[in-house]
Amino acid sequence: MRSGGYTDTMIRILLRHLREGIRSLGRNGWMTIASISAVTVTLLLVGLFLIVGFNLQAASLNVEGQVVMNVFLLPDATPADVPSLQTQIQNMPDVKSVVFVSKEEGLQQLRNKLQADQDLLAGLDSNNPLPNKYIVQAKDPAQTDAIAGRISTLAHVEKVVYQKDTVNRLLTWIAWARNFGIVLMLALIFTAMFLISNTIRITIFARRREIEIMKLVGATNNFIRWPFLVEGFLIGVLGASVPIALLSTGYAILVKNIAILPSFSLLTPVPLLSETGLFLLIVGSFIGMWGSVVSVRKFLRI
Amino acid sequence: MIEMYDVWKTYPNSEPALQGINVKIDKGEFVYVVGPSGAGKSTFIKLMYREEKPSKGTIFINNFNLEKLKERKIPLLRRQIGVVFQDFKLLSRKTAWENVAFALEVIGATGKRIRSRVKETMDMVGLADKADALPSQLSGGQQQRIAIARALVNSPAVIIADEPTGNLDPENSWEIMNLFNQINQRGTTIVMATHNRDIVNTMKKRVIAIEQGHIARDEKRGVYGYDD
Ligand SMILES: Nc1ncnc2c1ncn2[C@@H]1O[C@H](COP(=O)(O)OP(=O)(O)O)[C@@H](O)[C@H]1O
Ligand SMILES: [Mg+2]
Repeated sequence: MRSGGYTDTMIRILLRHLREGIRSLGRNGWMTIASISAVTVTLLLVGLFLIVGFNLQAASLNVEGQVVMNVFLLPDATPADVPSLQTQIQNMPDVKSVVFVSKEEGLQQLRNKLQADQDLLAGLDSNNPLPNKYIVQAKDPAQTDAIAGRISTLAHVEKVVYQKDTVNRLLTWIAWARNFGIVLMLALIFTAMFLISNTIRITIFARRREIEIMKLVGATNNFIRWPFLVEGFLIGVLGASVPIALLSTGYAILVKNIAILPSFSLLTPVPLLSETGLFLLIVGSFIGMWGSVVSVRKFLRI
Repeated sequence: MIEMYDVWKTYPNSEPALQGINVKIDKGEFVYVVGPSGAGKSTFIKLMYREEKPSKGTIFINNFNLEKLKERKIPLLRRQIGVVFQDFKLLSRKTAWENVAFALEVIGATGKRIRSRVKETMDMVGLADKADALPSQLSGGQQQRIAIARALVNSPAVIIADEPTGNLDPENSWEIMNLFNQINQRGTTIVMATHNRDIVNTMKKRVIAIEQGHIARDEKRGVYGYDD
């Protein structure tokens, strides 16, 4: 053979494995459908989890974004103290933003809120009882507690007020939901792997004579394994495409209908669905290949 | 070519099937392995192509030391050995041609080489006209010829057969035996376990008799020597 003979051989063998893998998908009709269904059901659930999960995460980030600290200043803070204190807070690690709200602005905000009951605020212009304050936001809401502690030790600070319970409850809930989702997803994926390896094992059982003869005439284990790997891969990819199609269509419809509600918004389909779809494809082909490798192993010991 | 030194084989939970086998088979020899059922003939054969591993002892096949042979290298050993069985072991969904081609396909031969070698071999076993037949459409004798073609297509140094005529009538058995004889005359070593008394007695080849895991006889131009 001339140069390139080795590459030729590799390509020829690769094509053979592809051909054999595809052929055996067709040959094992019902078993193939059973395996694909196992992947489909699993990935549909996994995909649902992911989409719901990402939306919840986005929503909770939104809420987290609204977690702020009100830092009230003592009346002894002079106008000169205000910017220096602000810089001091701003320079603390983990602080995202510091906004100064003077007592006049505070009153104005109160007015806007109380519109109908303006008489309650009558006479407060000349004798404003509200303190000056900063509105401080942490980079990570989990840091709120620590930052509040540090700020309250500064001079001229009367107290730091924020919704401690809300923050903590929200954070626990998010962590819990995330862990639960991950565990459930792993459980689902393992179930699918088990189902697939079982179905492929049955199809291999029917082909053990073929494997036996392959071994007798000197085929290497890898040579025998490859078509099964291709088959598993295809089962995974086919199994993933059904949920991808279903989820994309369903989500598009959902987004369209929910757009009527102004207060509630879903993530846009484009990065969410394409990333989820890619993930499902990868997971699907991985479980397919894993299932086939595991089940073929037993039959190679001849 | 084939050498065994003090080879023992004990299957789990049983008496030793082979007990201290010493044997040397040269290139180009034709050897019959005879003996009563359960004597250890099949075990003796299986050790050669490494379907079974000896419990003790050393085996050389065509410069492979089976004691030192790594799992990974077993395919290389098997490519130098053609194996033929009593039940043919053909793939029922493949045609005669495909069954023979299969042995070359799985070692990565080119389409061109596969075509020329399969044609040659099918001619040699006299079944060129049955290339497209499925095994179920062939007689037992024809199926065994296909199996022999598959063993031969890879040009192995040795062909090992375990009762290849066990399922055939006397006429077909003779034809198969003549085919093996032809193959041997072209220089391929042949080791065959058999129960066929008439053939062994007529062919006058080397006969190794195994009884209860021992070599009871080893004669250059031997006879079958049992009544069954
Ligand atoms: N896989 C096995 N497991 C356990 N015992 C076996 C196995 N194969 C063969 N034997 C035993 O080993 C002995 C030799 O068997 P075998 O080599 O098949 O004899 P033969 O081919 O001469 O009839 C017999 O007693 C048989 O029962
Ligand atoms: Mg036997």
